[in-house]
Amino acid sequence: MSDATLSSAAATAPARSPSRARGESPVVQFVLIAVSLAFLLLFLLLPLVTVFIEAAAKGWEAYRAAITEPDALAAIRLTLLVAAIAVPFNIVVGIAAAWAVAKFEFPGKNLLISLIDLPFSVSPVISGLVFVLLFGAQGYLGPWLQANDLKIVFALPGLILATVFVTFPFVARELIPHMQSLGSSDEEAALTLGASPWRVFFSVTLPNVKWSLFYGVLLCNARAMGEFGAVAVVSGKIRGLTNTMPLHIEILYNEYMGAAAFAVASLLAGLALVTLVLKTLLEWHYGDVIAASRRH
Amino acid sequence: MTRPVYSRLLRAGLVLGAFTLCFGVVAGARAQTELLNVSYDPTRELYREINAAFIAEWNAKNPDKKISTIRQSHGGSGAQARTVIDGLNADVVTLALAGDIDAVAERSKKLPLDWQKRLPHNSSPYTSTIVFLVRKGNPKAIKDWGDLVKPGVQIITPNPKTSGGARWNYLAAWAYAEKAFNKDEAKVRDYIGKLLANVPVLDTGARGATTTFTQRGIGDVFLSWENEAFLALKEFGADKFDIVVPSLSILAEPPVALVDANVDAKKTREQAQAYLDFLYTPKGQAIIARNFYRPRNPEAADSKDVANFPKVELVTIDDVFGGWKKAQPTHFGDGGTFDQLYKPAR
Repeated sequence: MSDATLSSAAATAPARSPSRARGESPVVQFVLIAVSLAFLLLFLLLPLVTVFIEAAAKGWEAYRAAITEPDALAAIRLTLLVAAIAVPFNIVVGIAAAWAVAKFEFPGKNLLISLIDLPFSVSPVISGLVFVLLFGAQGYLGPWLQANDLKIVFALPGLILATVFVTFPFVARELIPHMQSLGSSDEEAALTLGASPWRVFFSVTLPNVKWSLFYGVLLCNARAMGEFGAVAVVSGKIRGLTNTMPLHIEILYNEYMGAAAFAVASLLAGLALVTLVLKTLLEWHYGDVIAASRRH
Repeated sequence: MTRPVYSRLLRAGLVLGAFTLCFGVVAGARAQTELLNVSYDPTRELYREINAAFIAEWNAKNPDKKISTIRQSHGGSGAQARTVIDGLNADVVTLALAGDIDAVAERSKKLPLDWQKRLPHNSSPYTSTIVFLVRKGNPKAIKDWGDLVKPGVQIITPNPKTSGGARWNYLAAWAYAEKAFNKDEAKVRDYIGKLLANVPVLDTGARGATTTFTQRGIGDVFLSWENEAFLALKEFGADKFDIVVPSLSILAEPPVALVDANVDAKKTREQAQAYLDFLYTPKGQAIIARNFYRPRNPEAADSKDVANFPKVELVTIDDVFGGWKKAQPTHFGDGGTFDQLYKPAR
């Protein structure tokens, strides 16, 4: 949510002329800027700084020990693995869905758009619980899975499913408006010139949308690594086995190991910072393209 | 015109998805020689020590059947039972109260209903009780259960629906009230209602409640497992909190059990059984006392650890409430006394 507000604020920032045209007095401008800056400092920057201060509270050695401890390493590895599977999956399916919505007219299109947004409107806890209901031992498919010795919930597949579910909208949501605004004339031209459908996709469509795709992937990845609620429900919280980084942070904190918890948290926060920097760079260089893609 | 691309893409997506699932299932089902102990919240430190000691002893004696790791999962006792029912592959469950393991036995049918008779002392290798943790100097002068219902006293206790410790808290308060009001049910209910009205927030597990009280600084008194209260003193220093022992409390028996269907499927019965038996050995009992749980066999423990435990009149759940099978539905089931008496603050 805050991501969306933040980036749209940032996207409109360079376009100063409209506000002048509306003739708002400099005082109003100043107050608005001051208020939003103060808010950002207080509610976003301050907590982030606290994470790093707390992480460093017991010194470098303790920090290093906290993030190289076997359970922490297992959590980091698991988080990366889940993201490495969930994000590519969502890229492929997200492109497919965006394509379908942007380039074709078909019955049920509005339903599809609403379905894409569904994970945003459903609480992550529920996203996790549905998988327990489906695949849990008491669930609909539970007995069959058990009879065949297959594990979904409380194991890696459950973590991936929950992450895929929660992060699905990011790629499609970024691509749809952009693809819609581009229309299909470029593709049609390429086809009439005799290009194969694959060639059209890789040489025309993909380059056209690459920045909004990249943007969507960034957001998708950040959420995939940071997801807590849905993952907590399907994880079973087995240390060193099904504990992702966010879950590991909570466990450490609950074991009175605050410095260690914040050390691992600082890694996640570091990831968020990298995402933020990349995003800012993108907006700086390709602000027009992304702004265009945001005209809903 | 672009339809073929779209359908091919979709197909590629489906294939990749199927591949992902298969990969995940294979990775998840890979066999490993390790045990999984699904436990409740405050036992983290206890089982870390028990696991290390047991693995060392077992591997020395059984070089051909070595255990690589004992995995731990912790959370509110009721919530943990729920995940085992939903299929978490626990070799052993070590929960806060018999009612939760009863629920696992009844719903998952993975262990017999009479599981509690299989190990000595009601399958509870250690006991504990409920005490009060207050801020240093006891500024609100809380001495006994009766002081908890004074206006303006904020009580921290977890949610009895999900936390085992909270159910012991609730029953200890109930037992006190029955004694104080001579079993006058209306007065008992009035007392419990007032007590619950003084609770600003119900955490899901004991450890969450401990951090609420100790780290977030909410509340005047924390109804706590004795072991959890001692641990808080150890972690934060005795200059921050005091332990208050009430005139009467309840003998909490956190039981342990083998999950038969799981150990048979994983072929770990022998190791899992030895793991539970280890808790009853002198070495296990000494570790138990060192982690502030009351050992069944105090002679095996360090006398300094045993001297920590205050003397307090303890009632048992069997005497006052007729056992968990009766207490659970009466007090904590849907529409039980807790549901009737708890009115969340508005």
